[in-house]
Amino acid sequence: MSLGTPSVVVTAGAAMFADALALQGVGVSAVQWQPPAGDPASVAAVMGDPRRAAANARALEAMLGAQAHLVDVLPAAEALGLERGQFLHAGPPVEWERASGPLRGALIGAMLFEGLADSPASAEQALAAGAGVGWEPCHSRGAVGPMAGVVSPSMWMFCLRDEANGTTSWCSLNEGLGKVLRYGAYDEEVLSRLRWMSDVLGPLLQQAVRGQEPVDVRAVISQMVQMGDEGHNRNRAGTLMFLREVLPALIDSGRPSADVAAAVRFVAGNDHFFLNLVMPACKLQTAAAAGIPGSSVVTVMARNGTDFGIQTAGTGDTWFTAPANTPEGLFLGAFGPEDANPDIGDSAITETAGLGGLSMATAPAIVRFVGGAVPDALATTQRMYDITVGENPAFAIPILEFRGAPTGIDVTSVVRSGVLPQINTGMAGRVAGTGQVGAGLVTPPMACFTQALDALAGSVLRS
Amino acid sequence: MRAVELRRGSYVDSVSLMQVSRRVSGLEGVRSAVVAMATDLNLDLAAGLGFEVPPASPNEMLVAVDAASADVLDAALAEVDTALGESARPQASGFGDAPAPVTVRAAAARTQATVALISTPGQYAFADAVDAVDAGLHTMVFSDNVPLEQEVALKDRAAAAGVLVMGPDCGTAVLGGVGLGFANVVRPGPVGIVAASGTGAQQLMTLLDGAGVGVSHCLGVGGRDLSATVAGRSTRQALDLLDEDEATSLVVVVSKPPEPSVAVAVREHAAGLATPVLFALLGPGEPDLTTTAATVVAAAGGTWAAPEHWTGAVGSGRRAGALRGLFAGGTLCDEAMLLASAALGPVRSNIPLDPSWALGDDLASVGHTMIDFGDDRLTRGRPHPMIDGSQRVQRLLAEVEDPTTGVLLLDVVLGLNAAPDPASELAGPLHAATAAGIPVVTSLAGTRDDPQGLREQAARLNEAGAWVFLSNAAAARCAVELTGPSGGDG
Repeated sequence: MSLGTPSVVVTAGAAMFADALALQGVGVSAVQWQPPAGDPASVAAVMGDPRRAAANARALEAMLGAQAHLVDVLPAAEALGLERGQFLHAGPPVEWERASGPLRGALIGAMLFEGLADSPASAEQALAAGAGVGWEPCHSRGAVGPMAGVVSPSMWMFCLRDEANGTTSWCSLNEGLGKVLRYGAYDEEVLSRLRWMSDVLGPLLQQAVRGQEPVDVRAVISQMVQMGDEGHNRNRAGTLMFLREVLPALIDSGRPSADVAAAVRFVAGNDHFFLNLVMPACKLQTAAAAGIPGSSVVTVMARNGTDFGIQTAGTGDTWFTAPANTPEGLFLGAFGPEDANPDIGDSAITETAGLGGLSMATAPAIVRFVGGAVPDALATTQRMYDITVGENPAFAIPILEFRGAPTGIDVTSVVRSGVLPQINTGMAGRVAGTGQVGAGLVTPPMACFTQALDALAGSVLRS
Repeated sequence: MRAVELRRGSYVDSVSLMQVSRRVSGLEGVRSAVVAMATDLNLDLAAGLGFEVPPASPNEMLVAVDAASADVLDAALAEVDTALGESARPQASGFGDAPAPVTVRAAAARTQATVALISTPGQYAFADAVDAVDAGLHTMVFSDNVPLEQEVALKDRAAAAGVLVMGPDCGTAVLGGVGLGFANVVRPGPVGIVAASGTGAQQLMTLLDGAGVGVSHCLGVGGRDLSATVAGRSTRQALDLLDEDEATSLVVVVSKPPEPSVAVAVREHAAGLATPVLFALLGPGEPDLTTTAATVVAAAGGTWAAPEHWTGAVGSGRRAGALRGLFAGGTLCDEAMLLASAALGPVRSNIPLDPSWALGDDLASVGHTMIDFGDDRLTRGRPHPMIDGSQRVQRLLAEVEDPTTGVLLLDVVLGLNAAPDPASELAGPLHAATAAGIPVVTSLAGTRDDPQGLREQAARLNEAGAWVFLSNAAAARCAVELTGPSGGDG
């Protein structure tokens, strides 16, 4: 670039230099700088990695090119080959001793639902003993699960395909809010709803989905983002658009009209139904960036109620974990902060893909629900551009002049700036069996990112 | 009565914090105050002042105040809050405004910036500079203490991106009339400067300006650029940029003597350019900066006259004492040592011309001694002496107390970002020196348009008893003459 008289200078460090430039009539873009949160040697190694810029550009391109079509609905046993006694759960791996209340509650519920135990006490005993039962992260199978994220072989799952990358992702059907399995509740109301979902809702949706062109979930997300949904804590427009997509096929299914009406009532009455389609679509998007050596882009953020774990494009399927924070926000009924469990669920895959808290600006309707004001929402998304590698034009945010959602969280930017990805989330009760207690905002622990950075720095030395 | 607090989540740069510390220390009844990021160095400093310092990380802010009473202590802590509040940058407040950018990349993305100025602490500066280079910005790295291998990596990256890295440890640059860092306000003109030395460049451009010859750009490259390891990476890039620049018709390279093989390569590179390139390589047998300025003025078609000076009565005492030079500018110190050692023999220093002339770790003066207060080891964790002259003032008073001190030699550098009134800061100690019979000679690098006012500063220094020279070489020669051949013990 040729020399000339600069009209704007970026400054980082001593404020006096910025002041002196301003006095000369030069524009100044001053960085609000602070020392990096991690090891300076790791920061330098990864920033200096000659692969980084191109690898991150590739990761972004891969994410933007991913597709997501709903191609099938089927039981987990068929979809994932899940066998009796095998369960999936949200977040990084966790053993029973360290498992949170809601995860334990959901596993107990799944034992009862599968008929592997006849009482919560015997279920708990079997789970604690690990007798004939086992569990692993949804992410280890390419699946995702909201909150506790527990999946058992008989539960039905959405099956989404990314034909661009030849990948598949799965997610359970959303049960609604309140006392539900994913929030750790397992009473008879919960179990009977699960049975109805397996007996009626699942097969109906299967017939509808199989009987028509695959639903382009990504296209629905594009529209919902322009209709006030951020895809994590607000999925109202998405849910209704999904219903619009499958309603004719449901009516044409030939199933009893009472069943069809019940299914439609169930979906229409649950504003979060579409979350379980946004999540696997986001998983397909971020998985497209997995396995790019030298890339510092985050591909997974997930929590199990005890630990928060992340994975990055440049470090394979290694989890970088640290104790999960507890969300802050509003509580249902008489619940209060002391009832809340630490952060839980694979739903932070939405933020990993640029939706949810990262796109908060597009959902001003829910800012008070998560304890904020509209300017906070606008500021949050704009700040998220500082820690992401690019923007997703497919998810355009009208209030920001149709700027694309901030996409591809960069570990180096997070560690250097101290700015953590913003996550919108539900809150589960701390005690197994409670269910949902509120919703709010949370951030990942910085230690996940500093560990990931150290690992990326190690990969520079080996490259 | 003492209070020690650690504050989390609030980073403020060291220069701003120094101003807060000073303001609070100046309150009636406050014995000492430290407001600083809790680096090891600052924790040691507080411990040295008798504070009981808790374990802390450099990301925390240490606030330590020692006051005469509880009321004063409360008032002092309130003053800390007020001062910190004032030093905080104003935040965007309009509805929907973007918050301040948190990385260089983000700042660059939001504007049409073409240049970045990085002055973050040395161990972090590489990452910020990489961000700037990757964003396609010419990048000045003011930060010092940047590891050598990071400098090489950064400059290779910049070459690939087609941008220039000025620094690390680059104090001075002028780009198309805009001063970055410590820069003098000079008239526009045909001379392009490539400087491996900040104060060397400042001396050159102020002397050119005084002779009516202007500067197109002054590109600092960092003091290590012409070393064997860095091999002139930025110097060659800067030469190419100036060669392509329409405003530049003559280029001067200012540096301490480079690594011989690098000098050959750079001269070969320069010979291939369309624009004539002069080399001002400060060293034994080489012309001093003032002589170089005269050559450049002649080449640019100007008229050279000897730079001005203001003298006065000669001090009467200490005729057999040693020459003591206290410098803010490393190259000015070098130039003075070259001239002094040729006449007086060995000159001890923290940046010695000969390794056997090195001062001990305590930097205690031995015979003829010159200290560069801008050296990396003396600026770790504190601002440059051109911003904060207090370390040098203390040493100046100590030299006056030292019976072996015969003559004092100082430099004063004006310009953007330098202390607002260095002459007044020095006036008291200068009076003390002349009262003790010690002559003081000062070089003064500045232009008529510098914010401090060249003539006002010269007058103030002269009134305080110092002889003032706009040429650093002339100041050094005068100091040598005043010292006489018998001064010092070699």
